[in-house]
Amino acid sequence: MPIEIDESPEFAEYAYPERLVTTNWLEERLGAPGLVVVESDEDVLLYEVGHIPGAVKIDWHTDLNDPVQRDYIDGERFAELLSSRGIARDDTVVFYGDKSNWWAAYALWVFRLFGHSDVRLLDGGRDKWIAEGRPMTTDATARRPAEYPVVERDDSVIRAYKDDVLAHLGNPLIDVRSPEEYSGERNTAPAYPEEGALRSGHIPTASSVPWSKAVADDGTFRPLAELNAIYRDEAGLKDGDDVVAYCRIGERSSHTWFVLQYLLGFNKVRNYDGSWTEWGSAVRVPIAVGEEPGELPR
Amino acid sequence: MTEILPAQLAEIRDEFLAVDEKSRLQLLLEFSMELPDLPSRYAEHPDLLERVVECQSPIFIFVEVADDGVHLHATAPREAPTTRGFASILAQAVDGLSVEEVLAIPSDFPQMLGLGRAVSPLRLNGMNGMLQRAKRQLAERAAA
Repeated sequence: MPIEIDESPEFAEYAYPERLVTTNWLEERLGAPGLVVVESDEDVLLYEVGHIPGAVKIDWHTDLNDPVQRDYIDGERFAELLSSRGIARDDTVVFYGDKSNWWAAYALWVFRLFGHSDVRLLDGGRDKWIAEGRPMTTDATARRPAEYPVVERDDSVIRAYKDDVLAHLGNPLIDVRSPEEYSGERNTAPAYPEEGALRSGHIPTASSVPWSKAVADDGTFRPLAELNAIYRDEAGLKDGDDVVAYCRIGERSSHTWFVLQYLLGFNKVRNYDGSWTEWGSAVRVPIAVGEEPGELPR
Repeated sequence: MTEILPAQLAEIRDEFLAVDEKSRLQLLLEFSMELPDLPSRYAEHPDLLERVVECQSPIFIFVEVADDGVHLHATAPREAPTTRGFASILAQAVDGLSVEEVLAIPSDFPQMLGLGRAVSPLRLNGMNGMLQRAKRQLAERAAA
């Protein structure tokens, strides 16, 4: 059963405050029936080193991606995965992870593809929880398996494919990678490995808004007024806009998707998970280089 | 698999390949916990350490050539267990080998451990970076 929302005043001004919980709210409710805590990290072993008591692990690569095709798992495998983690269809799922919740937001977004309704992010993620000295454990979590129904994945609302992006050109696009990746100076995030895109640069007309702009120093989301200044005033997004966000493989743009969809309340936001590793290697798609968005291809 | 690997590398490879994928991750975790702290003589000389930029987490390595062979030292944060595991595997793999033996380690040794699916090829890239940098440090010193 869904659990009460976090009424903390710092969330009240966001469009959907029920999508966030504070570390304090979560610690008070650990173990509550109907609440499942999910850790999703970049480092595949980090959960094993220590996790929030009772949390289960879901890995973006080994659990959520199809092992053969570049795609997400299907409804049957999703049902199997969630059943094995003891997650029921009407449970409240709170996600947290490393790197300011990149992968937590990514997992949350995948859960939304399957229509899991009550998904929330732990504001500040794993680092904030630890910085505040809250409990961590290496004890294995034992949850009774659940019976999660087989639900068909719906990619039509919050996911964009390459062809969708081609058709979308002329509408708002947000490139959430680093300025160096956007300009084409480099192909991967600073200090990140080469991921095999053959060309560098960005999708023409995309605005550069690195994901990290949405986050304060302690890893929590910035207040609404600051987010409005970044995404509306600077990047020029307007109510009613149809927006696509992308990065390298779709993880950082899940984070921005969360901000646009749930904190700012844009109602048509899609994450292009193929992102630069697809676009930068595709044949005959337009690319712009340099610091300017570039011209709309004719 | 017909490569001739020095015995201690073959042993590590076989240890990984003998178990299923889930246990390989567990084994990697055990390696990560075995990574020794940097000897104090290097901890005081950060200038000797080389950043492995292929890794997603800050890791620094230094390759030492002593009378008893090569030693690889590494430092990486506790919050980066996968990276620590990779460093620990390489440290144990090269320890005590001759410079020539380390230079002859096949560059795709990280791909021989059966971790591609469990860890992702992207994450494995970090270990390639470490191995290549270790070999380059040794080659430069051998040429000097």
